Amino acid sequence: MSVRLKLLGVASIVSLAVLAVLALAVAPEDARQGDAYRLLYLHVPAAWLAYLAFFVTAVASALWLWPRTRSTTWDLLAGASAEVGVVFTGLTLVMGSLWGRPIWGTWWEWDARVTTTAVLFFLYLGYLALRRTGATAAERGKRCAIAAIIAFVDVPIVHFSVTWWETLHQDATVFNPDLDVQFEGFWMPFTLVWSVFAFTLLYAFLVSARLQLAELDEGREERELEIAIADRIRSDEVVPV
Amino acid sequence: MNLLRDSLLVAGKDLRIERRSRVALQQILPFGGIVLIMFGFALDPDRGLLARVAPGLFWTAVLLASLLAVTRAFAIEDTNNARDGLRMAGLDGAAIFLGKAAAIAAQLALLEVVLGIGVVVLYDVEVRGIVLLVCTAVAATIGLAATGTVYGVLASGVRARETLVPLLVLPAVTPVMLGGTRAFEAALDGVPSDGWPWVQLLVAFGALAVIAGIMAFAPLLEEG
Repeated sequence: MSVRLKLLGVASIVSLAVLAVLALAVAPEDARQGDAYRLLYLHVPAAWLAYLAFFVTAVASALWLWPRTRSTTWDLLAGASAEVGVVFTGLTLVMGSLWGRPIWGTWWEWDARVTTTAVLFFLYLGYLALRRTGATAAERGKRCAIAAIIAFVDVPIVHFSVTWWETLHQDATVFNPDLDVQFEGFWMPFTLVWSVFAFTLLYAFLVSARLQLAELDEGREERELEIAIADRIRSDEVVPV
Repeated sequence: MNLLRDSLLVAGKDLRIERRSRVALQQILPFGGIVLIMFGFALDPDRGLLARVAPGLFWTAVLLASLLAVTRAFAIEDTNNARDGLRMAGLDGAAIFLGKAAAIAAQLALLEVVLGIGVVVLYDVEVRGIVLLVCTAVAATIGLAATGTVYGVLASGVRARETLVPLLVLPAVTPVMLGGTRAFEAALDGVPSDGWPWVQLLVAFGALAVIAGIMAFAPLLEEG
């Protein structure tokens, strides 16, 4: 692990520790939701991180597809970012569910944002499954880049249709107080901004570490192939042409 | 004009294979039928309930059967290096995409007619708003076939393709499921005006899927 990566790791752990103190002790209780609202400081940055991750995946995929910027690194970055994105999409859903229980009274609400996030989760699970189907680096890069861009274009359409569908069920939403919190004072908004900052650092660390691992893995495969070829040449005493 | 001719050529080839192998007729169609029966068991043949949720059940059955049709459409090119043959036939990638999508759409159309009759008979649904029903089905079928064809070629020739295609296709076609179901509900409830906006959504989704397919298909068909 390089020094820069280590520093990034330490910085994200420290900022997450500060976030824990800010979110649990410093930020005041919410007037309506009491302590339950504190999930906001994990839920919102996790959701932000998920969207950031999928955006990075789409951009990296586009850069791979563009012939002038094509490089295996973009493909690996797209994969690394999508992996982190899927984990945090899952966390967003779980935390939203835990938060919804005391506030909405249900674990799951067919709210447009929740439903779109769930579909998003499965879209990118499919993308990750596609990455693991075993093909040459170029073949995998091409398929996955196109799949990532299609998924990215599909998300707004899904969101639009789900939003529209949800507005038809007004009766159900009347009883749902929005999870939105009334910000008061300095510490509530500051903690939220800090949480986004801490999670972004964490994202940078996780993706860098994952990217480094993926690059090492690619290098290992190439080296193993070279060694195997060299062994074969030696054992068969074949003169390479 | 060449594009149209080539697309028809590819679609004709796929449909000819289906006519001779009878996989669509003897496997996919009966699968859709048994799904309808299973819904009857799951929801208890309380006819009122079944009729009320019939649009959703119909589109779920169509979606599940379409996954089989998509996997099948690319499985026929797996043997005897048929994919290489298709690649080297000198056809435009867009034509191959449109042809394969059209063949899938034709099979889905047949499936929808049969399942539609099944829904009417089994769930005791009174057919109303036939124009809206037909327009919805046409728009949804184009979107389903185009999306399925894109993901079909994305997953063609890789490991575990049969299990990958459903995971890729289903979340992507969420708008078709929502739009098709809502528009059918509106038609059957006798308020078609509520359904037409959903048809517009389906048309837009279908158009985007066709454009995406035309753009992505040629590079995906090429090797590495």
